[in-house]
Amino acid sequence: MSTDINKEDTQTQGGQPSGDQQESIRQVVEAMGVGPADYPGPADASDPQLFCEARPKVEKPFRGVFEKFLNWARANSLWVLGFGTGCGAIELRPLMTSRFDASRFGVAGRATPRQSSVFIIGGYASVKTLKRIVRSYEQMQNPKFVIALGSCTINGGMYWDSYNTINRIDQYIPVDVYITGCMPRPEAILAGFVKLQELIKSGRGEKANEYSEHFDWYKANQKKVIKDWDMPDYNW
Amino acid sequence: METSLVLKIAYAALSLFIAFNYGILLGATMYRIRARVQGRLGIRLFQPYLDIIKNNAKRTSISHGIMFYLGPIFRITGGVGTFLFIPMIYGSVVFSNFSFAGDVLLVLYFIFFGQLGMALGAGEGGHPYSAIGVSRGLAQMTAFEVPFTLAIIALAVQYNTLSITEIIAAQQGGILSWSLFTNPAATVAALIAFLGMNMGNPFSVVTAPQEIPIGPPVEYHSNYLGLLQTNRSIFTAAKLILFMNLFFGGATNLLVMIIKTFFIYMITVIIGVAFPRFRVEQSIRFFLVVPTLIGLVGLVIALW
Repeated sequence: MSTDINKEDTQTQGGQPSGDQQESIRQVVEAMGVGPADYPGPADASDPQLFCEARPKVEKPFRGVFEKFLNWARANSLWVLGFGTGCGAIELRPLMTSRFDASRFGVAGRATPRQSSVFIIGGYASVKTLKRIVRSYEQMQNPKFVIALGSCTINGGMYWDSYNTINRIDQYIPVDVYITGCMPRPEAILAGFVKLQELIKSGRGEKANEYSEHFDWYKANQKKVIKDWDMPDYNW
Repeated sequence: METSLVLKIAYAALSLFIAFNYGILLGATMYRIRARVQGRLGIRLFQPYLDIIKNNAKRTSISHGIMFYLGPIFRITGGVGTFLFIPMIYGSVVFSNFSFAGDVLLVLYFIFFGQLGMALGAGEGGHPYSAIGVSRGLAQMTAFEVPFTLAIIALAVQYNTLSITEIIAAQQGGILSWSLFTNPAATVAALIAFLGMNMGNPFSVVTAPQEIPIGPPVEYHSNYLGLLQTNRSIFTAAKLILFMNLFFGGATNLLVMIIKTFFIYMITVIIGVAFPRFRVEQSIRFFLVVPTLIGLVGLVIALW
């Protein structure tokens, strides 16, 4: 499992960042302990079309012990939206069965994004799937967390130079935990869940707010690969 | 002894609190038992509390309209309303709730009130799966209402009363005076209806998670869902206590109540883990034939 991003893999569709914005994003990213300093900067966001009705708002967490208590509850009640985008879906099945039994950790499957708090990207994401990923992610309610499985979500993996898959998922939606492997075994996924629980308990599971904060950057990246957003409008 | 209204409300709040916690812990225990059948350890015992806290602690929620708001409120009104008119402990002033002379009829109504309200709310959610879930749920509900009502009528005829407290009183004096033994047909019909009411296997097609994700509450999230989960535990406890009162002689203290309701719940668990799921037309056909006929036999026994 790794939360690192390789330098060589930043080739995807990244626009040229402008100085101040790049610095601020870099600070946020470093403060969250997610990626290295060469995280791609903000892309051009001149197009007003957002693919949705309204912008998300940053929802500030409470302070002190109360938020810690809520984070403890959130960390121990992870409802998973298993998005079977790639081969990772096949490794999610055994997770709930008797051999691995993820429900011991408070992990439960949920078939609808509205009720889920963890979004699992199960592998490579084609551009067509990316639309559904973005939409499902936006329909989830804050706070929400993303686990990305397999090398395909980190750097494209074996689909690195494919014409219709994106290489780095975290340019389109924020990712809390990466789990490496091709495919990661259920044990690795369980370790990823435990890592995510640690992140949430320590108050670092605020990626939904990061998405709202850098909404333009994410949208600009999404629009670079999604040329036709032929999906109906929706509210958050 | 006449109790003042304020004191009565305080007592009802206390018994509601106990029923809520008991419902949650019983639900988690049963989940763990089901998990053991599947060779797993299952959730932690306090997991449902965490789920409720987490859902209520979500920072955002969206609305689809006024009925969408009212759906969970109707649901919890149905759950709390059902519970408040069922005496929890026979002969206890504290746990007798607001039971009165005709409470069986009111409870009969309240059990289905929540589902109807939920149907309206879920309909406004606009998700096609909630519409499918609602239509399946209402169809199945209409079907199992028939044997359930027949069983209740049989009891009312047999004991010549519409008061739950008097029905319990008539069953005192040993196991053999329970309705289970004085009118086994009515009991079996009601218990089959109870399986449908709990929406566990084999009648779980309403919320079938693999086919129509979660069913009616598919669009409910955040604190709406927290409210629905709170209701689920209260409503489960209320139904179990009702069945204990009507067919298994009621309870004279909390320990007896816990033991009896545990085993009544175990009936649904045993049947649930042993049987696969009926399709909705199969379950309707089943409810309208087998338990309905058994219920009619129960009515005949009562009239004998």
